[in-house]
Amino acid sequence: MAIRFDAVIVGGGPAGLSAAWVLAQAGVKVAVVERGDYAGAKNMFGGVIYHEPTEWVIPGFAAEAPLERKIGHHEYWFLDERSALKVAYEDAGWREAPNAWSVLRAKFDAWFAGKVEKAGARVITQTTVVDVLRHGRAIRGVVTSRPDGEIEAPVVLIAQGVNALLVQKAGLGRDWQADEVVLGVKEVIQLPKGVIEERFGLTENEGTAVEMMGGLATGGSMGSAFLYTNADSISIGTAVLLSDLRARRENPNHLLEKVKAHPSVAPLLKGGELREYSAHLIPEGGYRAMPRLYGDGVLVAGDSAAMVNAVTMEGTDLAMVSGKLAGQTILEALEKGDFSEKTLSRYRDRLEDSFVLRDLKQFSRVGTFFSRNEQYFDFYPRLANRVARQLFTVDLRPKAEHVRGLLDQIRGERSLWRVGLDLVRAWRALA
Amino acid sequence: MTQQELLATRSDIEAKLYRTRFRADDQPHLIIKDQEVCRHCAEKPCLVFCPAAVYEWDEERKMTLVAFEGCLECGACRMGCPYRNIEWLYPRGGFGVQFRLG
Repeated sequence: MAIRFDAVIVGGGPAGLSAAWVLAQAGVKVAVVERGDYAGAKNMFGGVIYHEPTEWVIPGFAAEAPLERKIGHHEYWFLDERSALKVAYEDAGWREAPNAWSVLRAKFDAWFAGKVEKAGARVITQTTVVDVLRHGRAIRGVVTSRPDGEIEAPVVLIAQGVNALLVQKAGLGRDWQADEVVLGVKEVIQLPKGVIEERFGLTENEGTAVEMMGGLATGGSMGSAFLYTNADSISIGTAVLLSDLRARRENPNHLLEKVKAHPSVAPLLKGGELREYSAHLIPEGGYRAMPRLYGDGVLVAGDSAAMVNAVTMEGTDLAMVSGKLAGQTILEALEKGDFSEKTLSRYRDRLEDSFVLRDLKQFSRVGTFFSRNEQYFDFYPRLANRVARQLFTVDLRPKAEHVRGLLDQIRGERSLWRVGLDLVRAWRALA
Repeated sequence: MTQQELLATRSDIEAKLYRTRFRADDQPHLIIKDQEVCRHCAEKPCLVFCPAAVYEWDEERKMTLVAFEGCLECGACRMGCPYRNIEWLYPRGGFGVQFRLG
């Protein structure tokens, strides 16, 4: 005997839980099917979440969620072998009106799942969804890995993350290629609170988010490295295009060790103890890699729908917002008693009106552009370091000689004409 | 990376995986579809890029060994195998990696 719900959600991540939250609060009989021991057990991200979109989905979350630190500093580091050019922005206003928080995915998602459960949703853990149930063309539930584990529902939300096997089973999209996903690896390194605050120049509960660019961070490939301060740990990782790792015969852990050994990074981690090593794919194909977002009795949200902004490195907020919009659409469908494509297409309209699809459309060319132009991840970060070095070096040579030396170095690798062209093209891809 | 760096990385990964919690299933969720394809695959990229160093080439038996118990479930091998020769399934419910921090 199959169990029945009004809606079933595949995946207890930010997208699935946000949809469940909307539905449970409206009194809908909704099930979230999660394959881990608890929601969040299979989830990993860099991590920061942004205050405003999270507040839009979970009002008042900051008072009760397991947050690590309030992010008052955002930094970009351009790495060369032994140097780093750092661009930092700090905002005292963010102390009162926070912009972002560092969080640990597994803790945050488990907390959110508890909240969703209290509101009346069923969170079914340790259960893997293996297929969709169909009635003719329409999807009307899921098949799980449990014996007799069918769950019937008139509408299914697929929010199972980047390995979206179900999207293909539902006939909504193709599988992604190695040049559409970024492979992230991460370590969480424990350090005493006070040590973190001292090393990063932070006041209590305040944190820093660092994105690192340059050949040293990524082996010259498209991607970045990152460092986030948590309450009593540091998250450090690298994220590189899978096809580039493959072509360069590189292992992501090898890259991570190089970043950790960089003279600007190593002192920050000194004496820390490894708590967890993890890996995860990030779907960065963007707008062009998106599956169909709805069908008869089915919707897709979050990573499963490639809702990641590779330029601004956002994912969780897109997942949560898309989850909430999917939840609202499911509510509408339940009220009408109509789960056809036509009714569910309202989900797409809602996404088009939100920043989610607007941003993904805006940056739709960026991924392919940068993946074919590796100079932006290798040559330019090195160049930036050289310029800075010349700027700050005082020796016995006249300044004109410094400038000439610099120009000669650049010309040795790339003509000034190419440099100009690169700038114009990068601007065009982004604007 | 050089062969020597790869060996060092593999043992480094092995040490790190002790810090991550797993509940190993006795059923594999990563299956080489056709060992013949691996035999003819010159590059064998899965041996290099896997962040959990799950794959190993057994020169004697001429086959790819899969230590699925330490898989971090990222899916890189699924999309990264140039021949799509790896059947990648989600582990059964409750099995596999269980991140405490994530």
